[in-house]
Amino acid sequence: MNAFMALLARDLRLATRGGGSALLALAFFASVASLVPLGVGADLKLLGRIAGGVLWVAAVLASLLSLDRLFQADLEDGSLDLIALSPVSLEMAAAAKIAAHWLTTGLALTLVAPLLGLMFNIPESAYGALVASLLIGTPALSAAGAIGAALTLSVRRGGLILPLIVLPLVSPVVIFGAGAVIAAIDGMANGALWLLAAFSLGFVLLAPFAVAAAVRLNLQ
Amino acid sequence: MFQYANPKRFMDLSGVLLPYVATAAGLFLIAGFYLGLFVSPRDYQQGDTVRIMFIHVPAAWVAMMAYGMMAVASIFSLVNRHPLADVAARTAAPLGALFTTLALITGSLWGKPMWGTYWVWDARLTSFLLLLFLYLGYSALWNAIEDEVRAGRTAAILAIVGAVNLPIIHYSVEWWTTLHQGESILLSGGPKIAPVFLWPLFAMAFGYTLLFFTLWTVRIRTEILERRARALQMAEH
Repeated sequence: MNAFMALLARDLRLATRGGGSALLALAFFASVASLVPLGVGADLKLLGRIAGGVLWVAAVLASLLSLDRLFQADLEDGSLDLIALSPVSLEMAAAAKIAAHWLTTGLALTLVAPLLGLMFNIPESAYGALVASLLIGTPALSAAGAIGAALTLSVRRGGLILPLIVLPLVSPVVIFGAGAVIAAIDGMANGALWLLAAFSLGFVLLAPFAVAAAVRLNLQ
Repeated sequence: MFQYANPKRFMDLSGVLLPYVATAAGLFLIAGFYLGLFVSPRDYQQGDTVRIMFIHVPAAWVAMMAYGMMAVASIFSLVNRHPLADVAARTAAPLGALFTTLALITGSLWGKPMWGTYWVWDARLTSFLLLLFLYLGYSALWNAIEDEVRAGRTAAILAIVGAVNLPIIHYSVEWWTTLHQGESILLSGGPKIAPVFLWPLFAMAFGYTLLFFTLWTVRIRTEILERRARALQMAEH
């Protein structure tokens, strides 16, 4: 557990200090979301209706942004070899890296989302669903993204293939996440959050094993 | 089963079987086309467009079956580390993508007279679109990694993750369409299929399946021969 915390703290420090990706992902999230009204027009009624979907798509794109460096940087400077040699299992190390990625992107996006929701004129009844769905769903984005990042580790232009691999895998997250917001706007019973939670838990549980298997292949 | 996984034995056996499988595929396809285009009557609701079903439905079946085959081959590739399993998984992907595309195109051609538009975000069409992206991502990943052994195992992990995820994608898309557009239930609960339509459908399904196995075997054989040729070239230098 100490090694887990040490890895987590290291990744958090790397993400938040100079040149880190945490703030960049947030800025990207906000700018993608602000492009949408420019594209579809400033009709507040329409924007309020599509806000959930727009913010979810923006969240997926923002969490993709920092993924290609998740393992690549560690592979290049050799720290991935040291992590693999250390007594902590690669599965545990993968879990730590996924957790760090979520804390710096998913959680940060969740905290900013209500502000963007305000700008999108989202109905008051849907704020809870928006925040809850992002909080529950974004761990799955980090987990699925980590699988993609580990698989493209030895690909020179991995950043281009990564979205193609990850986007179909996370399509249920977008469906349930945005669906939860729509259901809240319409005042319907909200089963989407439960389905989202189930999907998210499953992915978070399975991802470390897939990630570790893929990393091992690339260290041989 | 594993004794046939030896590339030499596989080449011998598949060389003998291939002409028969190919002929059977051709016969079933001809029978299916004849029954579907000339024998079966026009549907009282859909008219002649019902005949698109004979090309569309089996393509969709084979597209899903191909992913299953790819996933099984990937498991063998990861667990047994057999190069033939790598080749089998790799060569199934473009075929699967092809049949998925065929299903999408014929589906949208059917949709134009039925729904009045080429594309509807219907549950089945959407999940097949996502299936196509899975196939494309798999092939792209394989082609991007230079080392063949590493490429095979890396892509195998992706295929297995995708296989776990595929049913979830399918059901989530279904849930999504019921939430967003309640009126597109045109399809479900339609008239039961009469035997006149069922026979050509079965013939086409057999034909498509055999066609898939024919093409798959040809591709595996080509890949093995290519590797041998490369090995000979390397030996010469």
